[in-house]
Amino acid sequence: MLSRVADSLYWMSRYFERADNASRVLQATYGLILNPAKFSTEERWFRAVSSLAPGAAATNVDPQRALHLLVADPEGAFSIMKCISGARENARQVREEISSEMWEHLNRLYHDVTGSDLRPDDDAAAMRIVNLVREGSYRFSGVTAATMSHDEGWHFIQLGKYIERACNLCILLDAYFVIDKHADDLDWVGLLTSCAAFEAYCKACTAELKPDRIADFLLLKPEFPYSVRYSLDRMHEALTSISNLSLSRRTENIERLIGRLRSMVAYVQIGDVIRELHKYLAGIIEQCRNLHAAVHEVYIEYPIEVAFET
Amino acid sequence: MIIETDASDHGGAEALRKYELNGAYDEMFRAVDSPRKQYRPLHNLLLNLGADELRRSKNEADQSFFNQGITFTVYGNDKGTERIFPNDLLPRIITAAEWDIIERGLVQRITALNLFLKDVYHEGKIIEDGVVPGNIIYTCKHYRREMRGIKVPRDIYVTVVGTDLIRTPEGKFVVLEDNLRVPSGVSYMLTSRRVMKQIFPGLFQKCRVRPIEQYSQALLSTLRFSAPEGRSEPTVVLLTPGAYNSAYFEHTYLARQMGIELVEGRDLVVHDNVVYMRTTFGLQRVDVIYRRIDDDYLDPLVFEGNSALGAVGLFNAYRAGNIAFANALGTGVADDKAIYAYVPKIIRYYLNQDPILENVETFLMSDAAQRDHVCQRLDQYVVKAVGESGGYGMLIGPHSTEAQRTEFREKILAQPRNYIAQPTINLSTAPCFVDGSIEPRHVDLRPYVLYGEKITIVPGGLTRVALRKGSLVVNSSQGGGSKDTWVLQN
Repeated sequence: MLSRVADSLYWMSRYFERADNASRVLQATYGLILNPAKFSTEERWFRAVSSLAPGAAATNVDPQRALHLLVADPEGAFSIMKCISGARENARQVREEISSEMWEHLNRLYHDVTGSDLRPDDDAAAMRIVNLVREGSYRFSGVTAATMSHDEGWHFIQLGKYIERACNLCILLDAYFVIDKHADDLDWVGLLTSCAAFEAYCKACTAELKPDRIADFLLLKPEFPYSVRYSLDRMHEALTSISNLSLSRRTENIERLIGRLRSMVAYVQIGDVIRELHKYLAGIIEQCRNLHAAVHEVYIEYPIEVAFET
Repeated sequence: MIIETDASDHGGAEALRKYELNGAYDEMFRAVDSPRKQYRPLHNLLLNLGADELRRSKNEADQSFFNQGITFTVYGNDKGTERIFPNDLLPRIITAAEWDIIERGLVQRITALNLFLKDVYHEGKIIEDGVVPGNIIYTCKHYRREMRGIKVPRDIYVTVVGTDLIRTPEGKFVVLEDNLRVPSGVSYMLTSRRVMKQIFPGLFQKCRVRPIEQYSQALLSTLRFSAPEGRSEPTVVLLTPGAYNSAYFEHTYLARQMGIELVEGRDLVVHDNVVYMRTTFGLQRVDVIYRRIDDDYLDPLVFEGNSALGAVGLFNAYRAGNIAFANALGTGVADDKAIYAYVPKIIRYYLNQDPILENVETFLMSDAAQRDHVCQRLDQYVVKAVGESGGYGMLIGPHSTEAQRTEFREKILAQPRNYIAQPTINLSTAPCFVDGSIEPRHVDLRPYVLYGEKITIVPGGLTRVALRKGSLVVNSSQGGGSKDTWVLQN
């Protein structure tokens, strides 16, 4: 597969996952702020913004503007519209590699999401877009799995999706746990809902909402698709498949990095890490960044001299 | 399924009421209310379909194009780069007998033009024999000095050709233009066929339309045939300028249909005069490049120095015989509009045959007598810049203002070699569904010719439509659209 194509598939997938993550968080946050609680509306919006748009959080968050900022701001690099545009733009660069169904689906979602001129005070319209992306995301995953050959391109799509998800989950967990002392049950429901995890959590741990159990579930649960552990396992699978296909490439560094990452979640208990959760989460994010760079160097932007040596 | 009855009081008959014949050859009607034989099934259908049903079908078709992302990009329009290609709902129908002439005529013409290109870049016999003046050839905008003496694989210069045909008021097909560089539009031919089959399945079956779906396979085997000798399993790639090119949809479409890589210049690496593409597995050798980039942008070492679309060293690899380009470089010399005037002579010179398809009468502005004749009657002629395409740089005399004519007269006098003139031809009209009624619009026809082991022309082509009432300009960049073209079995 062309390196440029692999790169575009990877980024298409990352952008889509980013939009999906934002829509989950916004759905949950919007549900939360309707209720009175210890946390003010501003604090809740601040938490949402800081988990979705790290740069923007530094400035004051105006609750009236936050939703619009995260859904439709054409300047903000993190808005849902920007992410869907980014996903589509990458897909457009590799139209011949993805299935027609994937393209049609993504293209339609793009036009639905970007087609309306959104007024900053129109919350209902913003939430309609959020819902569109939520549903669109499940459908896109399904269409992708069902219509695309599960070969190299698919593995790059999987890699992009899960590396993005692992990082987003870590950032979100951090945003909730850094101020967990004030959190009430509603907030914890908010966190679980942000990870599409409320029902799954209740099934596994009952509806008793305990912070360390929630952290355990979202970090270390290998069976749940929106857990860090699950994401890292899928990344490992994708990387192994890619490396098996391209025997000639030097993949030791990638194997070392993904191995270390997995061991960070596979061989710990929540009690080992909950006290220094911020540091632990930052470590996972940093390792993901290193892995991203290593993949880029081996498969995408390798020097010509290296190519002729092998 | 539509049941055919004589139902002249239906909405469809209403929709046809605005149909006026205007002196051009009409593809559907011989005379008012008298459809040609090949159009009768369509005519019957139109009598039976209400305007609402037609409108619904039209919406369904447009939606299908939009969702598939069948779009093109308009330059110089910064508001939204993509538009769907306007596709007319009604098919254009060509009989087997008409197609037979077109097919034989195109095979003859392309064979001769290919021989001409080989001659021009090698011995130049045709110049020596005084059939085509050397000064016309060497002053062509697309003549490539660098190609002299270069042996192209199997002597095939023009692998893919899209020739524009028009129909005169007498009903005869004539050649308006040869496109020998990077003709586009074939994806619209293929996708609009797919949509039309969904919309008019019954009519399609009844008419016994010859298939065109084999185009992609034919193109792939043609490209593989053009590979440098000794490369038994050649790797073919399609080179695109990228997602911002107006024909990008087509590039992706063809690459996918053929199952070949769609590469950009930045994917290619030339090492020791061998071309590779950069893949996740490492570098992979490339043998044939179906390039959808103009000559000028292929290799910054030889042509446009600041082009980032091609790759450094491609031309040396070409010269070394390690790569084939489809089409070869320098083919533009043979579709120069001044050379066009000589094509009948070129056919006679190389093949010793009379041209099966005629040219449109053409006046060379470099010739003083012809120039004077035209300049005094600019309102009757179409003036074209010789190296341009896409409907840019032309004057349509009868639709022009005095100021435009003055401007063109000055341009012609300043650079006579740069212009030709042709009489304004009333292109044939075909029924189109416009704003709720069926009206005649001017059309042309671009069949696609593939030159490989043999010459293949899939029965069909792109019928381009001038969607503005009365307009004679069919180019998509100038508000034109297209319609599906049905060539009948017999």
